[in-house]
Formats: sequence, structure tokens, C-alpha cells
Amino acid sequence: MKRWKHKTPGNPPGVFCIPWVQGLATGLVLGCLGLGSGCRPQWTEADLTILNGAEPETLDPALMTGQPDGRAANALFEGLTRLHYAKAVAEPGLAESWDITEEGRVYTFHLREGIRWSTGEPITAEHFRWSWIRAIRPETASDYAAQLYFVKNAEAFHQGQLQDENEVGLTVLDDRTFRVELENPTPFFLDLCAFRTLWPVPPWHVEAHGDRWLLTPPVPTSGAYTLDSWRLNDRIRVRKNPLYWDAENVRSKVVDFLSVAHPSTAFNIYETGKADIIWDSNLIPNQLHEEIRKRPDGHVYTYLGTYFIRFNVLEPPFNDVRVRKALTMSLDRQRIVDRISKGGEKPAFTFTPPGTAGYVPPEGLPYDPDEARRLMAEAGYPEGKGFPGFKYLFNATKIHEQVAVELQDMWKQELGITMEVDQKEWKVYLAEQSALQFQASRSAWVGDYNDPNTFLDMFMTGGGNNRTGWSSERYDELIRQANATLDSAKRLLLFQEAEKILITEGVAICPIYFYVGLNLFDPEHVRGIEQNLIDEHPVRAIWKE
Amino acid sequence: MKHYILQRILLLPPLIVVISLMAFLLVRLAPGSPFQKERSLSPQVEEALNEKYGLNKPLLVQYLNFMSGVVQGDFGPSLKYRSHTVNDIIRQGLPVSLTLGLLAFALAQGIGIPVGFLTAVRKGGAADYWGSFAALLAVCIPAFVVGPLLMMIFAIHLRWFPTGLWGTPWHAVLPTVSLGLYFAGKVSRLMREGMLEALTMPCMVTARAKGLRERDILLKHAFRMAVLPVVSYSGPLLADLLVGSFVVESIFQIPGIGVFLVNSSLNRDYTMVVGLVILYASMLLVLNLLVDLSYHWLDPRVKND
Repeated sequence: MKRWKHKTPGNPPGVFCIPWVQGLATGLVLGCLGLGSGCRPQWTEADLTILNGAEPETLDPALMTGQPDGRAANALFEGLTRLHYAKAVAEPGLAESWDITEEGRVYTFHLREGIRWSTGEPITAEHFRWSWIRAIRPETASDYAAQLYFVKNAEAFHQGQLQDENEVGLTVLDDRTFRVELENPTPFFLDLCAFRTLWPVPPWHVEAHGDRWLLTPPVPTSGAYTLDSWRLNDRIRVRKNPLYWDAENVRSKVVDFLSVAHPSTAFNIYETGKADIIWDSNLIPNQLHEEIRKRPDGHVYTYLGTYFIRFNVLEPPFNDVRVRKALTMSLDRQRIVDRISKGGEKPAFTFTPPGTAGYVPPEGLPYDPDEARRLMAEAGYPEGKGFPGFKYLFNATKIHEQVAVELQDMWKQELGITMEVDQKEWKVYLAEQSALQFQASRSAWVGDYNDPNTFLDMFMTGGGNNRTGWSSERYDELIRQANATLDSAKRLLLFQEAEKILITEGVAICPIYFYVGLNLFDPEHVRGIEQNLIDEHPVRAIWKE
Repeated sequence: MKHYILQRILLLPPLIVVISLMAFLLVRLAPGSPFQKERSLSPQVEEALNEKYGLNKPLLVQYLNFMSGVVQGDFGPSLKYRSHTVNDIIRQGLPVSLTLGLLAFALAQGIGIPVGFLTAVRKGGAADYWGSFAALLAVCIPAFVVGPLLMMIFAIHLRWFPTGLWGTPWHAVLPTVSLGLYFAGKVSRLMREGMLEALTMPCMVTARAKGLRERDILLKHAFRMAVLPVVSYSGPLLADLLVGSFVVESIFQIPGIGVFLVNSSLNRDYTMVVGLVILYASMLLVLNLLVDLSYHWLDPRVKND
């Protein structure tokens, strides 16, 4: 006879007696932990860990555009010149010297003796010629091919009007001598030689492996480091290249570039000591900028970048220059930098940041609400009456939204006009901006090299980055003249005159503020990282004590 | 039964084709191009890129080209990450997402089922109140709140776990909890409902009347019926968890594919969008099939035909 005892439903057996719950829970947890620990490569500690920003799209010098891409690849590749680690001016790189002849139009570079790829093959002048031609070959589809347009016939070759690559002004005189003919004397050409589009790549390796050459080890590199591993959204690890010509001055043996795009994640990784450097202010949460600027490990510096508004000058109401002027003059930039950006940014009244290669920008339109109101009245909109509403296009990011709201408020208050915010997803924003499907739009520009030309040539008629519909023959002529002028003082004056037209007569744009950079690293322990105008920090010089 | 399984398996390929075609067309409808950046692209470069990736061909041809690659297991190159193919990205990211997903799944089931069971059998008692409250809380707080909260307490203040990245089992703890907690709450609520319903069934009275042990009634009879809703929820849940979570992966900087699943469409990385959608859809369909088949085994009343 079975014995049984009545139990109420309120008195059940312990849940952990349920065999398969137990099994499932412990089995899966243990199994997965095993999986988690067993299959993952165990990263050994790097000598230096840098929070580098969003995942690089590519490390191919000819194809890359983004700053995180360039900064990581800068460890791997070097050009004829390289940038001085502190001052960021060109110094001898793979070329030990050069002669400049024919009024600055011909450069003859002498490569260092015995320089080698990290895989042992010698680096020759032909590798430079091959790499530069590759960058301007239409089928390579390099976004930055225009950086080589200063070379004779490069533009025609890139645009397919010239088929013969031998007509491009690049000549290999012998293994160690490389001659470059330019279209015009280009005072910043040596800086350009240190720019990524002009770094040499290993021809045989690229030819053998095509698009995947960077994923096919061992990747021959010409710079201070070799590529150890590259895992998307995790890290790029580089290892010191013993064959680099200046290897004795490279102090960190293994360097990790962490690909982190989320500011709070990046900041937390830094704060818990898992990374040594944050070298992009976008990786520091905006709310903390003010506080971090005061810390000993917060390093503030200016660099060549401008936050500005583009007007579409082809469509009402901004086809009237008085309206563009009025909108520009009614903006209190100080209020924007104090309330929103908060990083110590400087209000901008010109497009080119002060300090650009000895250039003094002209005086821009001042902040003058009374004059702005007068201009609006003159244009037929006294106190904003009769002014059609307009949209302000920007990409969906917190700070741009805050700036937009501030602008909306200021224009309403000062001019009595109504602006509608038009927030778009990044790609839609870009598409609308380049198709001139906007009235006013948030914009930003960061200089590629330290020269006013990197800012001013974009507003020439029909330029791809113009995106305002604005065109001025006089402006185009001044920029062309400046770039053909050898005398640097005269050249800068021509740029100044051009910029004056852009910001006070044409007013195709309204500058808001100049960016400031914010780096985070402990100056007691991290050495060799300096702040400069183009925000470049070569890793070869950085080490941790 | 065999006939049923065969029928379901044969249905998979046409479903995948329909899903991939829709993904392909939808992402192409969105404005903007994969190559557009802040700096303008010269028309030559854009043309060269379109030529290189075959984007200048008619849409149908592009789709057929893409699918012929897919049949051979090749999802093509990524249009954003130009050094990588979509296969490279899946190969790197999927194992990470799978690990995290399985862990979160184990956590969801391991906590959800016992809590649901307990709250149902102790209905009205303190265990029920606390358990149900916790479950409700878990369901109500999204991962983007739980994640940073856990990070602040356990990674930044207590320093027990790393704040992000991936590499050791310690790296998996906080992401697993942030990802799994919500589902644990959901599973426990499903389990509780199922159990309560099962306990009111007439067969329970019969079971008690014929003198079965309470433990056997609850575990052998009620549990098997009560767990059915949880099982049917588990298929899509597992598929969801295995392809990674955008939120948790970006908060904890985990190199999985969840981040790519979302970003690829923002980047208009056409090949990657369709490739990942196919991957996700296949997982979902296969897991749903498995769930349907498991009914047969769990509940003899269900006949798969």
C-alpha cells in the first residue's frame, strides 16, 4: 500500500529539485562560460592602449577618409615626409632629403638608404610612383584622390581625360630618387607628402590580394609598426617594426587602438584604467567636458576645425544676401559656446581658424542685432513680418539639436522669424545637403593640412564641398592666383581677400565656433603626446612610463 | 510526422528569398548612398565605386548576382568596411554574439522558469508578491538602463567586472545580466500564467483524487503543460539573442554582430544589411521549426500534421 501525504499547493518542492531546470541552468551557464573563455583569444596587455574612436572603415592609405582610420594607419605607414610628433610640421620620413627647383614646381626626393618593408623587401622610388598612381586611378575609387591633384596631370588622369600614366608628373630616376612635377608651386606640398593618401603601399602584396590585402598576413608596412591583428569593433593591435629606419626611437612595443564609438563606454574604459589615452573629444561625454578640462589629465588645445551654417543661396529666403547677413549678425556665438558646446570653444566670425600657417583671417561680420534688424527691414521683413518660415537641416546628434534650438530661439528673439528644426539621419542629411535640398544647414570642416587653402578652396564655383550654390568669379580667381603665387606673404593676402568676399559679401556661410580638442591622458605617465593644430599624434613617439 | 517536417523544411528557401528580396528593396528605397560622406565624392569616384560594386546595374540583376553569391556562401564585400567582406564580419562577430546570446538565454530560462513556477504555486504568498514584483520590474526596465546601472555599480564603484570589451569570462557577466534580465522577467510571467492555468484544469483534480504525490502533480503534469508558452516564446527569443543586441553590444563595446545589424542600414551598407537579414531570418525560421517540433514531444495532445 502506497503511503501518501496530502500537500497543499502552497507548499511545493524546492524549485531546484526540478531536474531539467537544474540541468539547463548549470549546464548552459558552465558550457557558455567555457565557450566564452576557451574560444576567445586572450589578449595580453599592450604597452600602450589608445581609445581611437569609431571602427576604421579601412586601413588602406589610398582609400581611408576618417580620422580614426588615419591615426591607426599612421602607425603602419609612412610617406616621403612625416609629421614632427609635437609641432606636426613635415620632417624627413622615408625620404632623407629633397631638392626643390623650377620655382617650387619640381621636387626631387632622395630616399633613405637601406629602408625596407616590414617583410624585408627594399622600399624603392617605384613603390611611391605605383602607390600614387594607384590612388588616382579612377577604378581605385579613392575618396581623397584630389590630394594628388597638385601633381602635374594627376587631375586629368583621375578624371579619365588622360589614359597614359606616364604623362602624370611622377618620374623614378633610380631606386632611391623620385621626381615630382607639380601643376603650381604648392607651399604645403611637403605637408601633403606626410598625408595618408600619399603613403606608399606594397605593390606586389596589393596586386596579389586585392581588396583583402590588409587582412592577408604578413602585411608589409613601411612605418614604425606592423599589423598584428584587427578585430572589428574591438581593437587593432600593432607591434613594433624592427626594420623601420627610426626603430630605435620607437618606445612602445605593442600598441592597441580600441575601436569604441560610444562616449560613455570609452570614458568608462579610460576611467577604470583599461586605456591610457583618449585622443578624440567626441569620446568624452559632452556633459563632462567642463569638469574634465580642469583635471590634470585633461588637455585642451585648438585645432583647425570650424562649426558653421551653410545657406542655400539659390532659394528664397536666402537668395537675398541681406537676409543671410541679418541671420549671421543676429547670432550671439558666445552664448552657444557657453551654454552648449562648453569645451572652451572660441566664437567664430571667420571661416578659417586663426593660427592657420601664419594666416590672419579678415574681419568677419560682427554680432550686431540692431544692424541685423535694419537689414531685415531693408529686405522687406521689418520685425520679421512676412518672412516665410524656413527649415534648418542637421544630422540627429544631441549637440547639433541643442545648437539648433538655441539658434531658433535667438532668431525668434532678435529678428522675429520662425525656424523649424529639420533633424535627419546622417545619410539622409548628407544626401539632402549635397543635393541642395535645404535652406540652412549645420556644417563642419576640419583642415587636412595646415594651410588656408584646405578651408577656402572648397567654396570655389561648383566644388563638391561648396554645397551652397554660391559662386563668385572674383573669389575663384583669387584662390587660383593664391595657389600660383610663390611669395608666401603675398599668397596669404590673396587668401585673406578671398575669405573677406566669402564671409562679408557673399555670406554663403555663417561661422559659429572654432573647435577645440580635448585629450585625456595622465601627463605623469604618458609621454610624447603633444597637442597641435592639425590634431595629429604619431604613435611612434608616445610611450608610457 | 516525417511528411510534416519535410514540408516545413521545403518551405524555408522560398521564405528566405522573399525576406531577402524585401530587405534588399527596402534598404535601396532609403535616400543616401553607401559612399556618401561629409566630404563630397567626385562624380568619377562615385561612378568607379558603383562600377566596382555593380551598383549601376538594374536592381533585379544586382539582386540575382547577390543571391548567386549567397547560394555559394558568399555575402559579398562590405560597402562601408572596404577591406572586409560580409563573411569576414560575420565570422568575427557571430561567435561573440552567439556566446553572449546563449548566456543570456540560459540566464533568462534559469531565472525565469523557477521564479514563474514558484510564484504560481505559492500564489498569494510572500514569494508570489516578491517574485512577481521582481519579474515586473525586470520587464519594465530596458537594457539601456540596466546596462549603465550595472556598469556604474559593479564596474566603476566596486570594480568587480570590466566596464566593457570582450576577452575573459568576466567580460561576459554584466552584458549577460543586462541582456538576459528583461527576458527572465518575461519568461517568469509566461511561466506563472501557464502554471496557474494548468493548476485549475480538471485533470489536476483527477490527479489529486487518484492520490498522486503533490510533487509529481506539479512537476510531471502541471509543469509540462505550463511550460508550453515558454517553449513557443523560446524560439524567437533565442534567435533574437543569438544575433546579438545593438544596445548591449554598444554599451559594453562587445565585438558582436548586433551593432552591425543596426548600423549597416544606417550606413546603407547594402550587402551587409541583406546578408545579416538572411542570417537572422534563417536562425529565426529554423528555431521556430524546432520549437514546433518540440511541442510534439512535450504535449502529446499536439499532433503535427
